Amino acid sequence: MAGEADRATGRVPGPWGGVALVVENHWEWYRRNWRATAVSTVVQPLLFVLAFGVGFGALVRGSGQVAAATGGVDYLVWIAPGLLAMSAVQTGAFDSTYPVLSGFKWQRTYTAMTAGPITPGQVALGHLGWLAVKTAGAGLVCAAVIALLGGVAGPGILLAVLVSVLTGAAVAAPITAYSATLETEGASFPAIFRFVVIPMTLFSGTFFPVDRLPELVRPLVGVSPLWHGTELARAAALGGPWPPWPAVLGHVAYLLALLGVGTVLAVRTFTRRLAR
Amino acid sequence: MTGPVGTVPHPPRAWRLLPSGGYAGRAHLLLERSATASRRSWLVFLSGFFEPVFYLLAMGQGLGSLVGELPGPDGAPIGYAAFIAPGLLAASAMNGAVFDSTFNVFFKLKYAKLYDAMLATPLGAVDVALGEIGWALVRGGLYAVGFLLVMAGFGLLGTPWALLALPAALLVALAFAAVGMAATSFMRSWQDFDLVTLVTVPMFLFSTTFYPLSVYPGWLQVVVECLPLYHAVELMRGLTTGAVSLALLGHVAYFLVMAVLGGAVAARRLEALLLR
Amino acid sequence: MADGLVQARGLTKRFGRVEAVRGIDLDVGRGEVFGFLGPNGAGKSSAMRMIACVSPRSAGDLQVLGMDPDRDGPAIRSRIGVVPQLDNLDLELSVRQNLHLYGRYFGLSRSAVRAKAVELLEFARLTERAEDEVEPLSGGMKRRLTIARALVNDPELLLLDEPTTGLDPQARHLVWERLYRLKREGVTQIITTHYMDEAEQLCDRLVVMDGGVIVAEGAPHELIGRYSTREVLELRFEPEHRPSGDVLSGVLAGRVERVEELPDRLLVYTADGEAAQAAVTAAGHRPLAALVRRSSLEDVFLRLTGRTLVD
Repeated sequence: MAGEADRATGRVPGPWGGVALVVENHWEWYRRNWRATAVSTVVQPLLFVLAFGVGFGALVRGSGQVAAATGGVDYLVWIAPGLLAMSAVQTGAFDSTYPVLSGFKWQRTYTAMTAGPITPGQVALGHLGWLAVKTAGAGLVCAAVIALLGGVAGPGILLAVLVSVLTGAAVAAPITAYSATLETEGASFPAIFRFVVIPMTLFSGTFFPVDRLPELVRPLVGVSPLWHGTELARAAALGGPWPPWPAVLGHVAYLLALLGVGTVLAVRTFTRRLAR
Repeated sequence: MTGPVGTVPHPPRAWRLLPSGGYAGRAHLLLERSATASRRSWLVFLSGFFEPVFYLLAMGQGLGSLVGELPGPDGAPIGYAAFIAPGLLAASAMNGAVFDSTFNVFFKLKYAKLYDAMLATPLGAVDVALGEIGWALVRGGLYAVGFLLVMAGFGLLGTPWALLALPAALLVALAFAAVGMAATSFMRSWQDFDLVTLVTVPMFLFSTTFYPLSVYPGWLQVVVECLPLYHAVELMRGLTTGAVSLALLGHVAYFLVMAVLGGAVAARRLEALLLR
Repeated sequence: MADGLVQARGLTKRFGRVEAVRGIDLDVGRGEVFGFLGPNGAGKSSAMRMIACVSPRSAGDLQVLGMDPDRDGPAIRSRIGVVPQLDNLDLELSVRQNLHLYGRYFGLSRSAVRAKAVELLEFARLTERAEDEVEPLSGGMKRRLTIARALVNDPELLLLDEPTTGLDPQARHLVWERLYRLKREGVTQIITTHYMDEAEQLCDRLVVMDGGVIVAEGAPHELIGRYSTREVLELRFEPEHRPSGDVLSGVLAGRVERVEELPDRLLVYTADGEAAQAAVTAAGHRPLAALVRRSSLEDVFLRLTGRTLVD
């Protein structure tokens, strides 16, 4: 008879191997249930493209006021990168609320994962990694459809998708960390959507330049990660004009800092909850 | 042991037509329950009021700077904020009523098992349905009053007809709640709720909320004119701008029919919804 | 039965083509604690839901408190209390508010409900937690709150569906103690359970259900006397040395009533377990473990259905 140590077939994955296994787990689930999220991640942003890029764009086509706001670019082309970033933020924010709580409370998938050799930190990183994969995929599909509608100026849109993914992750990480601390049924989430996510999508320069906002609100815009992401994504998609390079660095640094802090907090809150 | 102290309810005569035991005449107790629960989560309750206000602030000023003025219902030009505000009022009535009658009802039914607990008391299925629709109206009515006050504050109401926008919002909410409740009785899992999003989001975006019907090609105008939210938006816009005509009665009739049809289906399906 | 609180004749419940309850007769008297015993899917919960007037019967006659559930549902429900299988407390309300609002559904005045809640919180030993959220309460506390809630209208009849399933032993004993207090106050109770010890502890009389029908009826000790022997010898063997039931019956000829074979053990039904064990050993069989115990309702169920109660 083989010794006890030889009998078990489980192996400890490497630090990133564990994260990859968590991402794979999400992917397997998604393959069976992708329809459930296709509406919110792909169909909904495309509806916004149609409503604002095409519909509203038709209303204001040729008006001098629009040319002044967009730098002469067609409104559809101008709004497209903004909507890509906005959609990534919406997906990132939503998927870091109820689904994360479900992993701890309702379906307990996180508890099941950490019963094996995978660590809570790897579960947190895997969640964020999966979100990046998902928003990237959704962003590429949306970009392709926008291109068919004539809303893409050049290959820079691919860089815009990348920036969107970063922006979505930067918003998702701190929300993920917060969700992991909740013992409730998520009753506070609607308030987060309405007081944080929705104002962010409306006041970050997605639909119109932020200099059109009231003086009072304008200083707050800098707090919004979506504004930083939109500035970068739009410059990338239109092929310029880029803000001066210290501003570009500032936008990137802000997003990376938010992502970094959020990720550290998420790893910590996941560990505290799952390893107690 | 003392005798039982619960009193036997005496349902009003008209309800004898319904399956017996369906109505105890105590629907108001569900309002009491919802009001108590809302007091405990007042922030979420309050957040519902802000959503349309944020839209009005952002879009009215921001997009308005791109548009300038638009022709109102009677052809006279009106500011962009005055154009979208009634649309947002109508959309908020729809969204609130649909959310309460679908997601909320489904959650309480399948997960919280709240109605099982209520139906074990003298309350009947009709009490539950009326109570939930009633609460949707109370909440929607409060939000509508709040939004109308905001509109007045911005000087977007210049006519006494605007007072009628409140009952109009209640009628719109009632019709959507009745249809939503009927739809919920056919729902099997959360996946089905994608369909709800798939109906409400396009309606929100395309029912002349953000730009006039004339933007669309002719055939699409006919499609939009069939949508319930289009009639709500036109009704509100007529009342808040004072462009009142007999055509508004047509919109009212649309919602009366919708409320009666939705209510009839919901009543017939109520047993299927609440009693197994 | 004039004093019958619940009376059923040929009571039937169908879901589509599935017959969950297949024509059962019941008589539950005032002050009695009556049990439905059976495995999952036996039809206990369906029968309970019909008695609670929340599930219309498909066929047969049913009278609860002398009234017809189809016609007088609200009147009946105003006089009974229901503890469902899964706690369905209102998670959006505090512990005390759960009792308040539930009492209001019975048409009680606000002041009556307030006074009653104080008494029920005491009964459920939750006075300290009255203003807390429901969600963080332990399983035992939630269960006691659900039971307390069902007492808000001082019911004549209390229906309890699996009152202690999922509770730890300590919490179970506390619930049993509270139910016993109610029995002494004269509250009629109908309990479903698949726990034998629970049925033996609580019930004056019970029916054993299987596959939607009643297979036996009586007081717990009567059923044991009727369908089982005084003692049971439980034997476990190494798989390769396990004798068949027939071999054991042969060895013990005359000494035992019958031998049951279960996947992990053999049950020998006999008046004298010690003697049977000695005879097995004398015949050269070497069990890994042997245990002599008194018969229980579990054995009654095995005898009646050929299956164990909890798989």
